[in-house]
Amino acid sequence: MRGGSVLGQLVSACGLLFAVVLFNFVVLHLAPGDVAETLTSATGGATKEILDQVRHLYGLDQPLHVQFLAYLSRLLHGDLGTSAYFNAPVAGLILDRLFPTALLVGTALVLAIVLGAMLGIVAARRPGGIVNSLVSVLSLVGYSAPVFWTGILVLLAFASWLPLFPAQGMVDPRLSGGPIARVIDVLHHLVLPAVTLASVYLAQYSRLARTSMLDALGADYIRTARAKGLGEHTVVYKHALRNAILPIVTVAGVQVSHLLAGAVLVETVFGWPGMGRLAYESILRRDAPLMLGILFCTALLVIVVNMATDLLYRAIDPRIRTQ
Amino acid sequence: MVPAIRGLLAALFFTAMISAASAKDDKTLVVGTITTPTVNNAVGSGTAPGTPGTQVFAGLVELDDHFVPQPYLATSWDVSPDKLTYTFHLRPGARFHDGTPITSEDVAFSVDTVRANHPFGRSMFGPVDRVETPDPQTAVFVLKQPHPALLASVTTLLLPILPKHVYANGPIRTNPANTMAIGSGPFKVAEFKAGQSITLERNPDFFLPGKPKSDRIILRFFDDMQAARLSLENGETDAMLQTSFGYGDFDRLKKNPKLEVFTDTFAGLGIVDYLEFNLRKAPFNDIRVRRAIAHAIDRKFLVEKFQGGVTKQLEGPLPPDSPFATKDLTHYAYDLKEANRILDEAGYKRDADGIRFKATLDAPTFSPDGLGRVADYLKPQLKKIGIEIDRRISPDTATWAKRVSNYDYDIAMSQIYNYPDPVIGTHRLFLCKNQIKGVMYTNTGGYCNPKVDEILDQAARETDFEKRKALYARFQKIITDDLPYIYTTTELPYGVVSKDVVGRPRTALGTMAPMLEMEKK
Repeated sequence: MRGGSVLGQLVSACGLLFAVVLFNFVVLHLAPGDVAETLTSATGGATKEILDQVRHLYGLDQPLHVQFLAYLSRLLHGDLGTSAYFNAPVAGLILDRLFPTALLVGTALVLAIVLGAMLGIVAARRPGGIVNSLVSVLSLVGYSAPVFWTGILVLLAFASWLPLFPAQGMVDPRLSGGPIARVIDVLHHLVLPAVTLASVYLAQYSRLARTSMLDALGADYIRTARAKGLGEHTVVYKHALRNAILPIVTVAGVQVSHLLAGAVLVETVFGWPGMGRLAYESILRRDAPLMLGILFCTALLVIVVNMATDLLYRAIDPRIRTQ
Repeated sequence: MVPAIRGLLAALFFTAMISAASAKDDKTLVVGTITTPTVNNAVGSGTAPGTPGTQVFAGLVELDDHFVPQPYLATSWDVSPDKLTYTFHLRPGARFHDGTPITSEDVAFSVDTVRANHPFGRSMFGPVDRVETPDPQTAVFVLKQPHPALLASVTTLLLPILPKHVYANGPIRTNPANTMAIGSGPFKVAEFKAGQSITLERNPDFFLPGKPKSDRIILRFFDDMQAARLSLENGETDAMLQTSFGYGDFDRLKKNPKLEVFTDTFAGLGIVDYLEFNLRKAPFNDIRVRRAIAHAIDRKFLVEKFQGGVTKQLEGPLPPDSPFATKDLTHYAYDLKEANRILDEAGYKRDADGIRFKATLDAPTFSPDGLGRVADYLKPQLKKIGIEIDRRISPDTATWAKRVSNYDYDIAMSQIYNYPDPVIGTHRLFLCKNQIKGVMYTNTGGYCNPKVDEILDQAARETDFEKRKALYARFQKIITDDLPYIYTTTELPYGVVSKDVVGRPRTALGTMAPMLEMEKK
C-alpha cells in the first residue's frame, strides 16, 4: 500500500471488500444445509411447511444471485441485514461482541509487544546469557503449541487446580456490585484468555525484537555513537531501539488480521463472548448475513489498521517521510 | 503440603479480590443450558427453547414423575364419556406478565399456533377439530377422533399458553417477543443476550402462591461441553439439568463432593440411539443383511465399555422406562458366526480381501460418546462379517442431517426423542406417508408396512390404556422383525447440580420443567 495515493488505496480497499463479500457468500452457500435447517434442528426438527415458511421469511427460497444482489444493495445502504438464526439485526449482534473481542485482542497484543520487545532486547544485549536461552525456549514452546491447547492447560492450572481465576465468561453473572466492582470482575476474567492469546505472539515478538536488536547493535551508526562517547543507555534505547522497533510495528499491523483467528479458539475455550466465537458459530449455523457481516467488518478493520500502520511508520521512520 | 499452599494462595488472592469488589448475590441461580435463539417453545421443540420456555410460559397441565397429568394453569378438566370433548377450567385470576388476564381465547390461539408451527404440532393437535370458548375461564377441546395423547400434549413444554394480543401480529417466527417473551409462567424475561444468556426474574404475580422459590435465575448458554463441565466444577454454574458431557466423565463427576449427578428425570424424553438404513438401496433393503448386522452388535459391550453402564441396552423402538415398552421382541443375540452364516446363505460372497460389500456410515457430531463411538465401533466390527464401512465424517450436524434427509447415505447413526407419548415422538419414523425428502427426523429410511400404519393409527385413537399398550406391543414386535432400524442403546444426557441447590424439578420431563422449588440453600 505504501506509496500509492489515498484515492488509489480507497479504490483497492473497496475492491477488496467486494471480493471478501462475494467469496464468502459463495463459499458459505457451497456448504451443505441452510439456516432454516440448522435453526429448526436446534429446535427439534421441522415439517416441510415450517422449513418452507422459514426459507420464505428470510428470502432463502430465491435464486442465489438474487439473494446476493439483495444483500449487496442492503450493504450499500449501510444495512448489514438480519441474522436468521437470532432473528435480530446483524449490526447489533456485532456491536455487542465487538468490545469483548477488542478488549481481549488489544490486551493480548499490547502484552505480547511490550513483554516480547523487553525480553528480546534483554536477550540481545547478552546473547549468551540465561535470559537469551530462556527466551529461545519460551518462544519455541509458545509458538509451536496450539493456542487452544495452551488455553486448556492454563485453565486446568489456574482455574481448576489452583482456583485463582474464573474458568468461563467475561463477567460473573451473580455479581451485584457497582461499576468499580464490575471493572475488576472483567479484568479478573480477562487474565487467563489474554495471557493465553498473548503467549503465541509473545514468542514472535521476542524473537523478532532479539534479531532486529542484534542487527541494529552491530550496525555502523552504533559504533559511531559509542565512538563519540554516548552513554550505553542512550546508545541502546535512543539509537538501536528506534531502528529495531520498525519490524515490530510492521508485524503488529499485519497480525491484527491473524488475531481474530486466534481469538476464535481462545474465545471458545474460555467462553469469552466475542466476535471470533460468533463468527465460528455462525458458520456452523449457516447464518449467512451474520457471517458476512462479521467478515465485512473484519476486512474493514484490517484495511483500516494497515493504513494506520502506514501512518505510524511515517511517524517513526523519518526516511519514509522524506521520500 | 501442596493443598495447603494452594489453599493459602487462593485465600490470599480472593481476600484481595473480594475487598476490592463488592458483595455477590449468592441467591441467584446460574443454570447452564445449550444456546437457544428463542424462548418461545411454541415454535420449536427440544432442550434449547424448552428450558427457558417452561420457566416463562405455563401450560394447562404438568406431568408428574409417573407421567400423570397434574393441574397447572388448568385447575381441573372433564372428559366426555365418548372421549371426544375435553373441557379445561382455567385458574381464576391468572394473568400474563403484562397484567392481562389469561382467557380461553389465548388457549385456542396457542393450539392453532402450535399446530401450525411446532414440529409435532400436527401429531399433537391434528385430531383437535376446534377449541370452543364458551366463557373466558373455560376452554373446550372438541376432537375429530379419540386422542389419548392429548393430556401429554397440553403440558407447558408442548403447549405453552401464549398471550394472543402479543403473538397474533405478523409472522410468529420474527416476533420480537420470541426472545423478550411474555407468558404466565413463574419467571419473567429480564434480559436476553443473544448467544450468551437469559436473565429470568421471579414473577411476583405467579398463579401458584409462594412460588417460585428463587428470585433470579440466569440461564447461561454453553456450546462447548468441556467449558460447561469446568464451570460446574468450579461453582461458577450451579446446575445443568441436561448435559452432554459424555459417559467418561460420569464417575468422575459423581465423586465430586460438591456435585450431585442425576439420571431420574429423563424418562419423559425417551431418547434412543439407533442405526438407520437407506431402504431404497440394495443391499440394505435386504432383511437378511439387516439381521446379520443386528447379530454383529454387542450391546452389552457398548453399554459397559463405552457408556460406563449409565445407559441401557435397547432392542426395540421404545426405551425400557416407557409405560408402553414391551419385552416381547424378536431378539438378535450377539453372534458373529450366525451373522456370517446369514450373509453366506444370502449369497453375499467375500472377495479376495474378505469383503462382501461396502457401505457408508454417517454419524452426527452432537453425541460423540453415544452415536460417535458406536459408529467407530461398527467399522471394525462389521469388517468381521465382511462389510467394509466408509465412516464419513461430518464437520457438523447440518452436514449429517442434509445427507440423511436427502437419502444420500447407506447406513446412519441417529437419535430420536420419543417424548411422553408415542404419538408425539415415535410415530413419525414409521408412517409410510411421513417420508418427506429434505426434512430430518421423518421416515428418512423409507420404511413402509401398511400393517404398522394401521396399528399406529388405532393406537392413536385407543383411549383404553391396556388395549393401547397391547397395540404398541404388537408394533414393537413387528419393528424388530422388519428391522428398519437397529436399536443400540438409550441415551442418557445426565444432569449435574450443585449440592448447595435444593428442589430441582423431578418430574418425568424434569429437564424441561418449571423450576418452582429450586433455590440455593
